[in-house]
Amino acid sequence: MAWQGKPGPLQVTGEVLGLRRAGDYHVLTLTAPGIPELTKPGHFVALAVGGQSSSMLLRRAFSVHSVQSRGVYGGTLDIVFAASGKGTEWLAKLHRSDTVDIVGPLGRPFALPKTPVPCVLVAGGYGSAPMFMLADALRARGCRVDVVLGAATESKLFGVLDAKRIASTLTITTDDGSLGERGRVTDVLPGVLTRTDADVVYACGPMGMLSAVAKMATAFGAYSQCAVEESMACGIGICMTCVLPVIGDDGVTRMVRSCTDGPIFRGDRVRWDDVDTIPSDALGAPVTKGH
Amino acid sequence: MTRAVITHGPRPGVTTHLPEVDMRTSIANLDLPSPVLTASGCSASGRELDQFFDITQIGAIVTKSIMMNARSGRPTPRMAETPSGMLNSIGLQGPGIDSFLDNDLPWLVARGARAVVSIAGGSVDEYTRLASRLRHVSDIAAIEVNISCPNVESRGQVFACDPLAAAEVITSVRRNTAPGIPVLAKLSPDVTDIVAVARAVVSAGADGLSMINTLLGMVIDTDTMRPALAGVTGGLSGPAIRPVAVRCVYQVHAALPHVPILGMGGIRTGLDALEFLLAGASAVSVGTVTFNDPSAPARVARELAVALAERGFDSVGAAVGYAHRLPEPHSMPGGAVAVHPETAVPPVADSEIASGVEG
Repeated sequence: MAWQGKPGPLQVTGEVLGLRRAGDYHVLTLTAPGIPELTKPGHFVALAVGGQSSSMLLRRAFSVHSVQSRGVYGGTLDIVFAASGKGTEWLAKLHRSDTVDIVGPLGRPFALPKTPVPCVLVAGGYGSAPMFMLADALRARGCRVDVVLGAATESKLFGVLDAKRIASTLTITTDDGSLGERGRVTDVLPGVLTRTDADVVYACGPMGMLSAVAKMATAFGAYSQCAVEESMACGIGICMTCVLPVIGDDGVTRMVRSCTDGPIFRGDRVRWDDVDTIPSDALGAPVTKGH
Repeated sequence: MTRAVITHGPRPGVTTHLPEVDMRTSIANLDLPSPVLTASGCSASGRELDQFFDITQIGAIVTKSIMMNARSGRPTPRMAETPSGMLNSIGLQGPGIDSFLDNDLPWLVARGARAVVSIAGGSVDEYTRLASRLRHVSDIAAIEVNISCPNVESRGQVFACDPLAAAEVITSVRRNTAPGIPVLAKLSPDVTDIVAVARAVVSAGADGLSMINTLLGMVIDTDTMRPALAGVTGGLSGPAIRPVAVRCVYQVHAALPHVPILGMGGIRTGLDALEFLLAGASAVSVGTVTFNDPSAPARVARELAVALAERGFDSVGAAVGYAHRLPEPHSMPGGAVAVHPETAVPPVADSEIASGVEG
């Protein structure tokens, strides 16, 4: 309970320190007193958009790209977004010193291996945003890190230079062949998994990509940790809008909240083919009536 | 007397040296330390919000409507943002009454928060069984009966839209609830005559009314050119519906002035909450706005205290139904001069009259 001085998400007023373009995306740097120190790779923050009397009530969730715990401005964090709707367009027009209400860190972070095993990080588009903090944490544990980045076209890749710096190998795919190999990340992933003998695959990107990567990881005998992207209204577990079917330790499928039970899930536990449905064997599923 | 208050009393916008406002209120025989509660379905069972503010300091947590059995709810997408609001179709996802009583309620009680338990059913029998399960559970502050559910025994007709069906549910819940526990009927605005439904449930034994539930709405995605929600239609909530909610509370309070009302519908600020009190609500629930601001219930309570003090109210009770008062030509300088709400003449509280503040 943050208000009691116990660890937990905070609600703070952040100040814009910088906003820069990165290909088709925007990188927003915010002060967020207290949040950077608590943030682990895979955590996200939920931003209120449009100001205090905004007609846009729903928070926008963004995985944390990077944090700086100390510095001239105290703790700061970076998020990456595409200006694809009214809320993100508002964010893209922020100026230095503007304020934004931030809640975070939220969600469950990536689980890290206890031993130094080879890991492959796969990201689609700006799904690479949380991967750099993750790579740093993995390398600090002595893990080999290989990275696969994919996007529709070169301008929709994020963090290529950073990925080159942190990865043992970097493989890039674009749908149009404008950078790296023409095709999808799943076209090159089997080769990377074989070559690295990866134990863990970390993935962040569109649901279709996650589904394919998770299944491929399982087929290669690797664990997978997938950061899902479900639309959320609150980010803190009270609205029940961001649910997806996930198999629990007891083997029972439940509709769980991606904000509080995720956004990182074991890839072999998510029922990818049943996302956006209620599987008939899920806990509390409607009873199918006979004729 | 009033003139003296204008001269010497606090003015709107001035927040220093405001007199203390008695924020206690009551709904039937339920006494609350604060008139601001959470709204069912917008606060789960309190645990998540306790990370952002002390849930024991607000009026109560109104828990998400619980049914007899675990329910998976509807497929996604379950939500769409709308101007100053949102549309949702969650489908009453929940763990079922057994899990709720084993896990959620004990936590709230141990935490020291007041729990208003919302129940929902698909038949009169389900509501009856839920009330019976709760009858022997101690530490429940009140039961809120969510009657905006389709009646499976009546071709899916929503209980709240039929005065007879609504009354039948309330009669049974009241009969199966411990006498000291207030039963609140949560009304739907999607009716022609909300006063008629209110009368029916009050006659059936409701100790108070929660109003309003969401309005049925729909959004069509112009990219896919299909309904935006998997459930096709959904409940509209948020500040967009506030005028509808204030109207409902005002109409019902005018018709049934002695029936306590828990008002809700798009409350975002203390002034919004004040509107509901003035319309006749004894307490309010903050719902959808909590998604935007997880500390909203605590913030609204603070803002409401200031708003009441600025207007010369010394208690919540003094403001309840105040918008229904008769015209006061004598207190309007110049008689017919239009008064801007922010500079409106503050009421004279009884204590001020008694203590001769105007002197």
